[in-house]
Parts: sequence; structure tokens; C-alpha cells
Amino acid sequence: MNTVKKIMGLVWMILAPVIIYFLVKSAVHNISSGGTKDINQPIPWIIIITIFTPIAVGLMIFGYYGFKGEYDKLPESSEEI
Amino acid sequence: MTAATEKGIGKIIFSSSLGTLIEWYDFYIFGMLAKTISVQFFPEGNSTAALLSTLAIFAAGFLVRPFGALVFGRLGDMIGRKYTFLLTLVLMGGSTFFIGLVPGYKSIGMAAPLLVLLLRLIQGLALGGEYGGAATYVAEHSPAHRRGYFTAWIQTTATLGLFVALGIILLVKTNMSDAAFTAEWGGWRYPFWISILLVGVSIYIRLKMSESPLYAALKKEGKTSTNPLKESFGHKANFKMVLLALFGAVMGQGVIWYTGQFYAQSFLENAVKIEFMQNREILLWAIGLATPFFLFFGWLSDKVGRKWIMLTGMLLGVIFYRPVFSTFLKDANAKEWAQQKDKLSEVLSKRPTLKSDTSFSIEKGLMIINHKDADWEFNGNKFNEKKNDTLVPAEAVTFHAPLNASNDSTQFFLKEIPDSKPSYSNIQLNNSLKWKFIFLVWIMIIFVTMAYGPIAAFLVELFPTKIRYTSMSLPYHIGNGVFGGLVPFIATLLATTFTTDPLVGLWYPIGVAALCFIIGALYLTNKTDKDVND
Repeated sequence: MNTVKKIMGLVWMILAPVIIYFLVKSAVHNISSGGTKDINQPIPWIIIITIFTPIAVGLMIFGYYGFKGEYDKLPESSEEI
Repeated sequence: MTAATEKGIGKIIFSSSLGTLIEWYDFYIFGMLAKTISVQFFPEGNSTAALLSTLAIFAAGFLVRPFGALVFGRLGDMIGRKYTFLLTLVLMGGSTFFIGLVPGYKSIGMAAPLLVLLLRLIQGLALGGEYGGAATYVAEHSPAHRRGYFTAWIQTTATLGLFVALGIILLVKTNMSDAAFTAEWGGWRYPFWISILLVGVSIYIRLKMSESPLYAALKKEGKTSTNPLKESFGHKANFKMVLLALFGAVMGQGVIWYTGQFYAQSFLENAVKIEFMQNREILLWAIGLATPFFLFFGWLSDKVGRKWIMLTGMLLGVIFYRPVFSTFLKDANAKEWAQQKDKLSEVLSKRPTLKSDTSFSIEKGLMIINHKDADWEFNGNKFNEKKNDTLVPAEAVTFHAPLNASNDSTQFFLKEIPDSKPSYSNIQLNNSLKWKFIFLVWIMIIFVTMAYGPIAAFLVELFPTKIRYTSMSLPYHIGNGVFGGLVPFIATLLATTFTTDPLVGLWYPIGVAALCFIIGALYLTNKTDKDVND
């Protein structure tokens, strides 16, 4: 199981920049001055990309920790934290 | 836990839950009255007002909630749980009440949307601080073997807040005309004003509460955190648990929660075209009947562990969302009913009523045809069929005079008129179909109760007392506010990009829940932490 956790750690690390890439690509594709929907306005995209970028970085760090075996054994008491 | 505190746990749960329920109520009524609010404060055609409206919707839910989790989480770990979640309640109740007092755009111009935006941001901030405090407070009073059950009462509040908000709005709306409800100082303001009464009662109750015993003991020993933000997110050992809580539990729970309770409602209204009041009735029944299951799954998590209950809720969502939503579309298919009515006219209990006669005019070579607007009934299901106005270019034909060209004349002749595409709306389901829909929404809320019921206890047990408020609040509000709150936006994005599949919007919650299920199944433990005193 610990090997699977490590391998999947790599997947999470790769997934994070892919998500951001698709968000930025979708923003560029959908923002339009003539559009009336939320997805055509720049503000929602700016807010979403601003907040998703640190989350994606968090996913990368999570993947890195997984890859390094930090989750092989979870702490059993707060003293271990 | 001593006998005295055991006896008082009911009071603690009631006072904590009531305040949290009211905060959810306050947050929801803004969203539910969004259409009326936008007319009053964010008029169409004014680009600045439109920008402020977008900010009010997006920033309050996504940016400010996690920020509120940080601000109030830090306070809660530094000065105590009691005063922090008292403060969030005052801020939330106050800002809700004041939204109800802001004059409309017609009276004070741009000051109106600016004030509403400011108050909405305060609402988001307060909501970000409330939940972590209430969950922590109840958990720190609970005995280890009943922590899941007791904290599940806090979990009911988000759903009950929606229930109360829906109920009060419907009550006000059914007791006055549409014009009276939507007027500048009309009935839409009442739910905002009612909030101050609810908050007043809740503040009175909360003021009588004492500080959490675990936190009080920590404070007495001088072991509280001096910098909870640094300890929560700056220390690897704790930060990795924050990440695990977010990606392995709360992220999936957020989308399951949002899809079951909000996306289902908006899908039934906008895609299936269920009539406004019946749609709310379906949701009210489903929520009312499903709410006890928060407590059931909280209780069950004390017996069998939290992890697999939460993850099963997510997995069931992944498996059943598309079949359930597909059934909505298939069963309430007014287009199909309309086609059958021609063949099976004997099943009609009432003949259609023409709301406007067909008429036409010819102007500048265009023919404008006003089509029929009729109400139908088929097998007890009522619906409206509308054929929208159609512009048909008429054919211009010039007749040449045989001797004098100045006598030539041009006449417009009708081309063959294509059938305009009818649209169907205001579907009122017959009784059996209505109950089927209630059952299907109920099923989705059961998934919510599984994923959401045990999560407060799960989060509390993951973090140490001195930084618990901060550490659990941030992932919770990112999971619910960001991942959950983005369901309608990303669903619209997908539906706009891939137009052939009406259910394409569901791939977002399905994808996030599936990802969270995999991460949770791999990395989380099913062990229950018996000792949260550390």
C-alpha cells in the first residue's frame, strides 16, 4: 500500500499544474466582451484562478509528501504533530 | 466527562447549533433572493453595478470564506472558542439585518450596490469563522464514544438553515402579491429583518455558555498557541494533515453537499423546468426527510469509524448522479408529452387555452408571427407550451408594368413559414411523479448526510486542541466554499463547451468526488481518535 501511495504521489504532483493550465486555457477561451454569462466575465475567472493556484500548489505539496512517504504512517496522537 | 457536563451537553449542542443554523440562514437568503436583490441593487445595463454583483456572488463565497476561516480560526485558538463564535454571529446577523435596510439603487445610486457588497463580504467572513468554532466547541464537550453523534447536530445546521430560509421566503411570498414582494421596500426584505430576532435570541443563549473545557484547561496551563497560523501551516507535521483533510475528505464532501442540495434544485428549475413553488416543495420534503440521517451517520461513525461512511457517500454520488439526473430529464419531458397529446387526445382532461391569438404583420420585408402560449395537462402533469415570435423574411416580387417602368410595383409574398421551436416551462408534476422526484432528491441528500454527518468529528480528531480551530476551518471552507461553491460555475462552463450532453455539468462533482475518494481511501485511516484532549 505504501508503494501505491508513493506512486500516486507523483500523479498528484503532475495533476496540479495540469489543472491550472486548463483553468487558464478555459479563461482565455471563454472571456468575451459580448458574453452575458458569468463565464464570459473576467472577474470570476480572476477570483477562481487566484484561489485555485494556491490550492493546486497544495496538491503538489501533498503529492510530494505522499511520494516521500510522509503518509506511510499517520500520527496517532497530537504529540506526534 | 462528568455527570454534570453530560447532562448539559444538550444545552451546549442546542446553543451552538442554533447560532450556526442562523448563520447559514443568513447566508442562504441572499442567494435565494438574488434575482430580486439584483433588480434592487444591481440594475441591468450599469456595468459597474454588474461588476459589484459578480463580486458579491463570487468573492463572498470563494475568497472571503477561507479568509474568514483564517482570521477567526486564529482568534478562536488565541482568545477562545466562545467569544470568537459569538463575534461571528454578531457580524453575520448585523450585516444581514443591514442588507435589509439598504435603500435601493433608485434612491441612493451606486452607494446601494457598494453597501450591499460590503455587507455581503462581512457575511462571508463571518461564515468562515463560525463553523469551526461551533464544531470544535461541541466536540470538546463530547465524550469520545459519542463525538460523532453530538457533532452531527452541528452538521444538520447547514441543511436546516436552507430549510428555514426556503420556508420563510415561501411563507412571505405566498402571503402577498408579486408586486408587493418585489417592491423597493417590499416583502423580500422581511427575511433579512427576521434575522435580527433570531440572532438576538442566539446571542442571548450563547452569552450564557461557558468556554470549552479543553481550551479553558489549556489556557490555564498557559499552553495556548501564540501563533496558530504559523503552527497550523508552517509546521510540516500539521500542514500535511491539513492537506490530507482537504484532499482526502472535505473536497469531495463539498461537491457532494453542493450537488445534492443546490445543483439539484437549480437543475430541476432551469433544465427540467419544474414550476417554482413545486421545485421548492420537492426540496423541502427531501431535506426534511433526510435531515435525521446526519445524526444517524454521525452516530454510526462512533461505532464503525468515520472514513468509510464519508467515502461511501462520495462513491454513491459518483455512481448515481448521472442516472438520477437523467431520470429527472426523462420523466419530466414535456416535449414528449406534447407530442403524445396529439395522438392521445382522449387522455387530456382539459383543452388548451390560447393566451394570445396568432397574428402577423408585414414590415420592411419581415413577417412577425406571434405564436401560441398554452397550458396543457397530460396524465395529471401540467405544463406550459410557448412558441416564441418568429421573424420570417418575406419574398419580394416586383411586377413590371408592360409599357411604363414607373408603374412597376413590388409586393411581399409569404415564404413557407417554418415551425417555431416550442419551449416548455412551468411543469407541475402529478402526485406520483412528484413523490418520485422527492425520493430521488432525498437519495442525493442521503449521500450528503453520509459525507457530511461525521466530518466535524473527523476534523476535530485530526488536529491538536491549541490549533484546532484554525487547522480545521481552512480546509473545511476551501472544500465547501471553493470546491462546492464552484459546482454551478463549472457546470455552466462544461455545458457551454460541450453542448450535446445536458448532463455534462455533472462531470465536475463526479470528478472531484472520485479524486477525493481515491485519496481518502489510500491515505486516511479509519481509526477514531479517542483522546482529543491533547
